[in-house]
Amino acid sequence: MKKHIFTKIFIGLTVIFFYLPIVYTVIFSFNSSRSLSVFSGFSLQWYQKMFKNSDMMDSIFYTIVIAVLATVISTVAGTVTAIGLSKSNKILKGVTEQINGLPIMNPDIVTGIGLLMLFSSLAVSKGFMTLLLSHVMFCIPYVILSVMPKLRSLDPNILDAAMDLGCTPVQALIRVIVPQITSGIFAGALISFTMSFDDFVISYFVTGNGVNNISIMIYTMSKRINPSINALSTVIIGIITTVLLILNITPIILEKRKEKRKK
Amino acid sequence: MKSFRSMAYPYIAWSMVLIVLPMLLIVIYAFTNEGNSVLNIRFTLENFARFFSDRVFFDVLKRSFFIAVMTTLICIILGYPLAYIIARMKPKSQIIMVLTVTIPTWINMLVRTYAWRGLLEKTGLINSILSLAGIGPIQFLETSFAVILGMVYNFLPFMVLQIYNSLSKMDRSYIEAASDLGADKVQAFLRVTLPLSLPGVISGITLVFLPAVSSFFIPKLLGGGKYVLIGNVIENQFLTSGDWGFGSAISLIMAIVIIISMQITKRLDRDTSSEGGKL
Repeated sequence: MKKHIFTKIFIGLTVIFFYLPIVYTVIFSFNSSRSLSVFSGFSLQWYQKMFKNSDMMDSIFYTIVIAVLATVISTVAGTVTAIGLSKSNKILKGVTEQINGLPIMNPDIVTGIGLLMLFSSLAVSKGFMTLLLSHVMFCIPYVILSVMPKLRSLDPNILDAAMDLGCTPVQALIRVIVPQITSGIFAGALISFTMSFDDFVISYFVTGNGVNNISIMIYTMSKRINPSINALSTVIIGIITTVLLILNITPIILEKRKEKRKK
Repeated sequence: MKSFRSMAYPYIAWSMVLIVLPMLLIVIYAFTNEGNSVLNIRFTLENFARFFSDRVFFDVLKRSFFIAVMTTLICIILGYPLAYIIARMKPKSQIIMVLTVTIPTWINMLVRTYAWRGLLEKTGLINSILSLAGIGPIQFLETSFAVILGMVYNFLPFMVLQIYNSLSKMDRSYIEAASDLGADKVQAFLRVTLPLSLPGVISGITLVFLPAVSSFFIPKLLGGGKYVLIGNVIENQFLTSGDWGFGSAISLIMAIVIIISMQITKRLDRDTSSEGGKL
């Protein structure tokens, strides 16, 4: 019995450790004073300050736009590439998978400075486009990684079968292959969205001309204690939690509907 | 089938430009020092000589290595028991606990690291709770403690999830077999469970050590401006002093340190797992 209590305390402490900073941020974003330790009353003043601060609002806008665009582009490109690779010869496939693994294995700072030097050497002015290109670059490998295993488990003759039955290659892909790898595509899209939404290090090196995402905004503002950061943080926590909830609940609802229909 | 194969070609071209070329640029710049232009390439080892002749940089490298090793060790010490406990729960509780550990990693690292500043500040929450007990105020921020805490906080979930994955895949009948053959609980753990979970620990080490050794915003947010790790030096070379050659050389040195550490860890894994094979 004694052992049981220790286990419970240990789990309790780790949960507190993981969630204390998050809960703290949310609560103190509604604090009416600047204090970091005393909650002196409910107020929305830090949110008001955030809404009035055009830099902060821009950063929220850019973060969402980049995350959505990067997710859509890299999901499509990654899926197309994965299908292509699954039909390629071993050498090409192996080499591409190796290269694909580089951005995942490399420390972000190395990827970041590499891209910084690339864009500067090609005289591309840093800003929205470089940010988007970089995000697409580090998202595609994750899409490929989550789609590839699904493709591997497919019957290799299934495409031929579809085309023998009169499908054009495009139809065969969309109607036969894609429906069977949807879970991999969704997983890749989800990873891409959160990776892009949360990225700081790579974005920090490749952006410029006043285009900032939320992470860069927090980094530059954090030199002084500023409770508006808590408000901005709470907005991010809210968005990500909503996305996660929707993604976790939708399959359950869809399943229930299917069951109802069967009945 | 050729038409499908060609679907991979655009990405191959893209990855050459956006993945391979930047890496090549880092290597090229590390060995040149003719300003920030690719056109005047002149081979030199000056950047590396500068790094190793200046004690300051060498100390920074040592400190980064120390912080990353400490972070990794603490993550194993805390993460292994947690993963072990989770893996032995009922299936439903397992799902809930895995989600509990995963959710924080979906939330922006910067947001979560910044929150620790409010908690650790001299007038912050932890110090005011400590003062109720008559302790403090303790200077947490701008110390190695705060930096390691921030890193453990950010990277611990990776370790827990990796170890949990290898533990939950393990066949429970191995342990039963061990106890049937006369092993007590401790022996069964040390000789069966631990060796079988080592691959999880190794991939956990990779996922913790790598970001820990190269992180630059955790030391900046929790260690203050004076607390410099290798990542901060690289950041400065590129964004403040604009010395790409030196910055690239430091990144290469960091990459080599990482590769060597990973090789050592892998070798340790091979040695211990071959020992664990004999029951």
